[in-house]
Order: sequence, then C-alpha cells, then structure tokens
Amino acid sequence: MSKELQRYLLTRFSQFLLIIFVAVSINFIIPRLLPGDPVQTALARLQAGGGNQSVDIQAVSAAYRAKYGLDAPLWEQYINYWVDLFRFDLGVSFANFPEKVSTMIGNALPWSVGLLAVATLIAFVTGSLLGARMAWPGAGRGIKTLVPMMMILTSIPFYLLAIILIYFFAVVLKWFPPAGGVATTRIMRLDWATTQDVLRHAVLPSMAIILGNIGFWALGMRSQMVNVLGEDYITFAEAKGLHPRRIFFWYGMRNALLAQITALALSLGSVVSGAVLVEVIFNYPGLGNLLYVAIRGQDYFVIQGVVLMLIVTLAVLLFIVDLLYPLLDPRIRR
Amino acid sequence: MTDKDKPILVVEGLHVHYDTGKGPAKAVNDVSFSLKPGERLGLIGESGSGKTTMATALMRLTRAPGRIAGGKVMLDGRDILAMSPRELRETRLRDIALIPQGAMSSLNPVMKLDEQMIDAILAHKPRMKRAELDARVAELLRSVGLDPSVAKRFPHELSGGMKQRAAMAIATSLAPKVIVADEPTSALDVVVQRQVMQTLGRLQDGLGAAVVLIGHDMGLIAQFADVVGVMYAGKLVEIGPVRQMIENPKHPYTKLLVESLPGIEVKQALTGIPGLPPPLVDLPPGCSFNPRCPFAFERCRTETPLLQDVAPGQRASCHLYPEHQSLPPLPVTARAQHHEARP
Repeated sequence: MSKELQRYLLTRFSQFLLIIFVAVSINFIIPRLLPGDPVQTALARLQAGGGNQSVDIQAVSAAYRAKYGLDAPLWEQYINYWVDLFRFDLGVSFANFPEKVSTMIGNALPWSVGLLAVATLIAFVTGSLLGARMAWPGAGRGIKTLVPMMMILTSIPFYLLAIILIYFFAVVLKWFPPAGGVATTRIMRLDWATTQDVLRHAVLPSMAIILGNIGFWALGMRSQMVNVLGEDYITFAEAKGLHPRRIFFWYGMRNALLAQITALALSLGSVVSGAVLVEVIFNYPGLGNLLYVAIRGQDYFVIQGVVLMLIVTLAVLLFIVDLLYPLLDPRIRR
Repeated sequence: MTDKDKPILVVEGLHVHYDTGKGPAKAVNDVSFSLKPGERLGLIGESGSGKTTMATALMRLTRAPGRIAGGKVMLDGRDILAMSPRELRETRLRDIALIPQGAMSSLNPVMKLDEQMIDAILAHKPRMKRAELDARVAELLRSVGLDPSVAKRFPHELSGGMKQRAAMAIATSLAPKVIVADEPTSALDVVVQRQVMQTLGRLQDGLGAAVVLIGHDMGLIAQFADVVGVMYAGKLVEIGPVRQMIENPKHPYTKLLVESLPGIEVKQALTGIPGLPPPLVDLPPGCSFNPRCPFAFERCRTETPLLQDVAPGQRASCHLYPEHQSLPPLPVTARAQHHEARP
C-alpha cells in the first residue's frame, strides 16, 4: 500500500468517525432542547392518548429516571449516553415496555438490510448496464424504447409504484402476498420452506425499489457513457483492434462508472428514506416500519434509536463507497 | 515481404461526409493517393480541411454523424472499407496503426500503462505468455525512449510527451505496415515536438513502415516527409516530393501556404492567406479555392479541376495547367492585399 493510499484511507476513516460523533451528539441534544421533563411529557402524552393501561406508569417513570439520571448535569448525561451506546443500550420502548430498543432494532435490521441492499444493488447493476447499452452505438430498437419507459419509472414516486404492484400482483393476480416479511403462521427456521416464504414476501417490495430506481441509474449511466464514448481513448482502443466487448466494459463502463458511484454515494440518503416508505406500505418488518410505528405511537426512544441506526448505516455505506473509489479511479488516491 | 515498389496503401476516390441539416458536409472529397513501403507522406491543411477525418477514415474509425460515402482504402491489396468487422479488428494495429491526435487523452485513465499495452497485444496474439508480454512491453517502452518502469504508472502520472511516446509504443507494438500519425505533436511544446518526431522517424526506419503524417505545421512536415500532400476544403489539391513542393509549388494555395512560412533570415511581417475556407456544406462551384485565389479566371468558377501531372512526381488540381509551366508571379492587386497587414 502506497503512502498516498494510507493517507487517503486515514482521512476517510477520521471523516467517518467525525460523522458518527456529530450524529450521535445531535441525536443526544435535540430531545434535550425541548422544555420540560421528556419522560414526564412522554408518559403524560401516552396516558392522555389512551395508551396501554396495563403499563405501570410509576414503574416506567422510575426506570427512566434511574437509568438516565435526568437530574444530573448535561455533560454527565452526555457521557452516560456514549457509555450506553458502547453497550448497545438504547433505552426501552414506551409502547412495548419493557422491551429494549436495541432488541427491537436488532430484530428489524436484518430485514431492512436484506431488502434494501439486495434491491439497491440489483437496481444499480442492471440500471447501469442498461444505460451503458443504450449509449453504445448500434443499440437495437428494443433497447432504445426503454429510454422513455425509464423516464416514466423515475418520475413515479416509488411508494405509488408499490401500491400499483400490490394491486396487480397481490390483489388481482394473487401471485405474491400483499404484505409482511413472512407468513404470520410460520415458525422461523433455517430450511427451504422458510427461505422460500421469505423470498416470496420480498419480491414485491424489492420490485418496487428496483423499478423505482432502475431508471435513475440507467439514465445517469447513459449520459455518462455518451460522454465517455466521445473520448479519444475510446477511438484509440478501437484503433488497437480490441474486441467491442472489451472496449464496452473496460474502456467505456469502467470510466462511466466513476460518476455513477458518486451518484450512488449522494443518493444513499434518499434510497434509505424511500425504502422506509416501501416498508411501511408492505408492512415489512424492517427498520422503516419500526420507525413509522414508533412515530405514530410517539415511542420516543425507539425513534431516537432507529434514527441513530439509519445515520450510522448511511455513514458506513458512505465509508464503503469511499473505500471503493480509489480502487475504481487511480486519480483519487490522494 | 512485399515488393518495394508496389504500393502498400492505395486510397482511391475516398469520400467522407458529415450529415447535417443542410445536406452532407464533404469533409473528404474524392481523395486519392498511394504510398510505397517505407515512404513518409505528410498531409497538410488548415483547420477544417478534412485532415483528421481523413486519418480516421483510413482506419475506418469514422463515427456518426460522419460516414464514409465512397471510395477504397486498399491496404496491401485488401480493401479496409469492405472488411468484415472481425477482419477489420485483426487488421487494425497489426497492419495499420494509429498514433492519435489527443495524446493527453488517448490513454484510458483507469488502467496502468502496461495493461493498456498488453491488452492491445493480446487482442492479436491471445496465446502470448505473461513473461513474454512483460518483456515486450519493456522493449517497446525503451524503443520510444521511455524507462520500462513507467509501465506500472497510470496515465495521469505521465507528462504529455511521455503519453505521446506511450501511444507510439502501443501503435508500433505489432510492427504495422502503415502508421497513421494524426498531428502527434499538436499538444506538445517545440522541444518535445522535435524529440517525438525524431523518435517517430527512428521507429519508422526500424520497422520499414510507411507513415501518413497529418498536420498543419508546414515546417514540421517538411522536415519529416518525403512526399507532401496539401488538402483544401476536403480535397487533395497538390501532392509531390517535398523539395519540389516547397521550391516550386504549382497550386496557388500551396504557394501561398509556403510563402506564409516565417523565415529567420529575412524579417518580415507574418502574412496569411486572405479570406476563409468555404463552408463544407456549401462549396463554391468550380474550384473550391477560387474565391481566395489571386489567379482565378472564368473557368475556375464553373469547372472543377482534376488532379493532373504538373512536374515529375508532382500533381496538382488547377486550371492553370498544362498551359503554364509554373505559377505566374502574383498579380499586383493580390500582392497589395497580401501585404496589407504589414505595418
């Protein structure tokens, strides 16, 4: 590893740590900017809203007080907050007292990561390939008619796309279940039947994400590829007598991909928030749904925990993109 | 090996058009010439005269909106313009190689230099072993005056002159019979220009390849080439041995071009050729040069001149011949116009 590369990685890693630090701090400060006692307020609101009557309000309140030492000075609370974070302790849920927020997130996270990562990756790869193919000279009519279709798909918000998908494939055709991550009666086991069930449930939500994103990647790639194909090194590659396939992938796509990866890094935020909506519509047991239910129920610590989780996930993803970048573009290794 | 006197490259009636809204722009218009093995042809012309279009068409690299509208490019008896895509791929680099114009941007920015050299060689010799390839890369780099250690560098780590040399190393990697060099020095400073041209000359001598050198710098071309062709508005207006062309140009355009060369001994104001080249979509009737030609007469405005022999080995397309032996002195009005810029 060269010195330059080491320095690059070190800078990126410290940036990553800084993002996490700032995010956690903001996540700590914002609730405390509110006037009054957050626990009292929250519990009062819960009660007024006709919350779960069987919950012992006194016990909940005492638990929080003891836990957070809300009378302690702010800096002490702040340090405690960090200490708790390192123990993966994000507090307990109001609505599902005394379930720990960390457990709830732990249960939801694999669903989200599985759905989001796989769907985004499929959308990115197929979208980029399609886009590159559209820009390649001699693209067939079939590929060219895809351009307006892609434009339509990108302009429909994908929660609407989700509703259309549910209507046709779950309600009318009944090919796929309309909601949920797995059949309610199924006992989770690592066997083929369970896997199949999980996959069947994942088809429609991932289709919604893929269809909603693929146009964006395809159109972005097409314009990048058109630019790259006009470069002198493409002509020179042709003059070298290279096979068109080699030129397409190693001289064309390889270079066009640089801008695509940047776009991926920039759009990760919206990809995540968009996926939240998709999860809600499909009642998918992931982080997005957890967040939605928590907001509806004003389940304070769950919201805080999920938001923190999303920020950390984003930071990790951005860091991964940063790591990929010097591999793709040698000019970045500085 | 091929016969020394049999031409290696014969271009016949080549037409390249760019389709525009106003009709085709004839960037290369009925150009014919031939080249013997080891011969150096310099093609010269101002911007927009079709030089680069010509270079790309010789290797059938013309891209939309350009298209090759007719003619033949016979390389060692085979027509490049009629080859199957596979045949064409095999012919490029192995038989005819390009030294590109944009040296700075002709290398793939994300691949190391040796990878780019190796993939060119492997495209033609897929069975070559890694060790052989590495040795060949080192040998090629040395042949263009680069240190073999640059093989592991990326293009952005090389200077402009180094990139141009690297491009030459790639172009000569399979010992082609014809090298098309499209303004190989246009982006370099004069010192590097000279070195690069010397390297090109040395490589060409070693390979015995014929070279088509395209450029706009009369001085550079005159030093390098054996035969010079002058292009104007897509046409080859005069072609002949370099000495004759400079000492005794027959076409008025060549004459004005040679006269515009600044000399060192005689200090004079820079002169140019009055007027601008005609738009390629809307060529004037008759000779394309007639609106700017100091000798133009009635016939020039109606009839397109054809290339004809004007001296041994020298051909020009001008209606002054064969009636005249050489160009008459410039008419007074033209001379006055010509020297207008003088302070």
